[in-house]
Amino acid sequence: MQKSFSQKRLQEWIIERCIYMSGIASIIFVCLIFLFLAKEGFSLFKNISIFDFLLGQKWYPISTPPFFGILSLIVGSLYVTLGATVIAVPIGIASAVYISEVAPPRVREILKSGIEVLAAIPSVVLGFIGMMTLVPWVKNTFHLSTGLTAFSGALMLGFMAMPTIVSIAEDALNAVPKRYKEAALALGATRWQSIWRVILPAASSGIVAAVMLGIGRVIGETMAVMMITGNAARIPDNIFQPVRTLTATVAAEMGETVRGSDHYYSLFAIGIVLFIITFCINLIADFAVHRKAK
Amino acid sequence: MQYQVPEPKRTASRILKQEEVESKVLIQVKDLNFYYGTRLALKNVSMDIPACGVVALIGPSGCGKSTLLRTFNRMNDLIAKTKVEGEILIDGVNIYDKDTDVVSLRRQVGMVFQKSTPFPKTIYDNIAYGLRLIGVKDKHILESVVEKCLRRAALWEEVKDSLHRSALSLSGGQQQRLCIARALAVNPKILLMDEPCSALDPIATSRIEELMEDLKKEYTILIVTHNMQQAARVSDKTAFIMQGELVEFNITSNFFTNPSNKLTEDYITGRFG
Repeated sequence: MQKSFSQKRLQEWIIERCIYMSGIASIIFVCLIFLFLAKEGFSLFKNISIFDFLLGQKWYPISTPPFFGILSLIVGSLYVTLGATVIAVPIGIASAVYISEVAPPRVREILKSGIEVLAAIPSVVLGFIGMMTLVPWVKNTFHLSTGLTAFSGALMLGFMAMPTIVSIAEDALNAVPKRYKEAALALGATRWQSIWRVILPAASSGIVAAVMLGIGRVIGETMAVMMITGNAARIPDNIFQPVRTLTATVAAEMGETVRGSDHYYSLFAIGIVLFIITFCINLIADFAVHRKAK
Repeated sequence: MQYQVPEPKRTASRILKQEEVESKVLIQVKDLNFYYGTRLALKNVSMDIPACGVVALIGPSGCGKSTLLRTFNRMNDLIAKTKVEGEILIDGVNIYDKDTDVVSLRRQVGMVFQKSTPFPKTIYDNIAYGLRLIGVKDKHILESVVEKCLRRAALWEEVKDSLHRSALSLSGGQQQRLCIARALAVNPKILLMDEPCSALDPIATSRIEELMEDLKKEYTILIVTHNMQQAARVSDKTAFIMQGELVEFNITSNFFTNPSNKLTEDYITGRFG
């Protein structure tokens, strides 16, 4: 049966509206989340100065008088993130190059599914495995009093960031036209020279995005770091000491704080700091991608 | 019906005489069979290609002419499950020998592709790429080679003020000449061209053809082309390939005016293909 003209018009109108609503929903949610975060977080700064908050070294939220300095937490997050980046980025990119350029087809398929499985392991499981295997290993190998250190966390998070980095970097490498490789080889490049001088530069924007998303994953990770970094809120002298990250602090303390207290507000303020950090990382990734795309 | 060759625009002196064309054999193909998996793509191809001059490979789509071209710099090695039987001798050396250094072979045998393939780098870096591969770092050498090759490829006047702009900003024809210049920079003896003009307009095409006329004095050029007029215009010898077999390999003027094979005649008169 033919639908009448106006019925079709109505149908179109409804579909268009629905798509429009779905489209702007994400923006609305982001705005609402940020507003809520800001409203709760900024309440803290009525009582505590922003400098004391960001640069204070003492995080004693429930002692009297309380101290809400998150510098040690920022440094903790920084240690773990930098460590994980140093571990995951070279291995991740090398692995992506191997998978996309060197590996024979069968090995490639096996590796790709292996990496997908690695990505699918829940972080709490990784944290648990890390606690049981990695932590004692770190303790014994480096003769430490505890294996719950920034180093353990970095190692673990490096593994967690790797699937993200490998799969996105591999996509970027695959997107490089085959003819670049052929042209390089036809000029007498070895396989390694064609990868290093032509394929990697051509894929660089995608690789930067992969690295940034990997770092984003590491900064936002909570469960695994909480389980294996030791959670001591002090500025560590080196990477073999316990640290506490921003995320672990929020996760650990949100449950036992009084709603409306300064402690409660300070956890939201930490949320704002995290939000700003990840926002900056995404911005850098975006910038890198678009600068190259020109 | 006899096929009329469109009168090529070239002077008598440029047309090589039969003896000259036969003068010195540079490449010898001996009983070459080539397989994609189990499919035989080239059957028993044997040909002697003289030094200096242009050899055109023509034939219907999928006949194996590009495959043949890519056997000369072993580009087919990149494709999985391919197999080569027989020999290709360049200067008497079999390039399919076990201990052939493919990398140095490819420096001797340059290649220009159907689609121009400038790297996403500057014009200068594109030309310098091949030299940097072999470890040339001296800026003066690089600069002089870049200029020489760009002049050789008739591109210098157009780009000399913008050497450090992206090669991707050039027009299609300029990009193709850039690729020729890039191939020349590593100083090859042989230049393989896989339908170099198929994506170009007539003006850009004629510039490339003029360039080939000029380059063939020093280089041996093998060109795959779909365009029979182009083969007639630029080449000294023409090979006609059909279904993987070399049907006829002849001096170009004879090839088009007096083909010795019935299949060749049918093809050039447009009865199939």
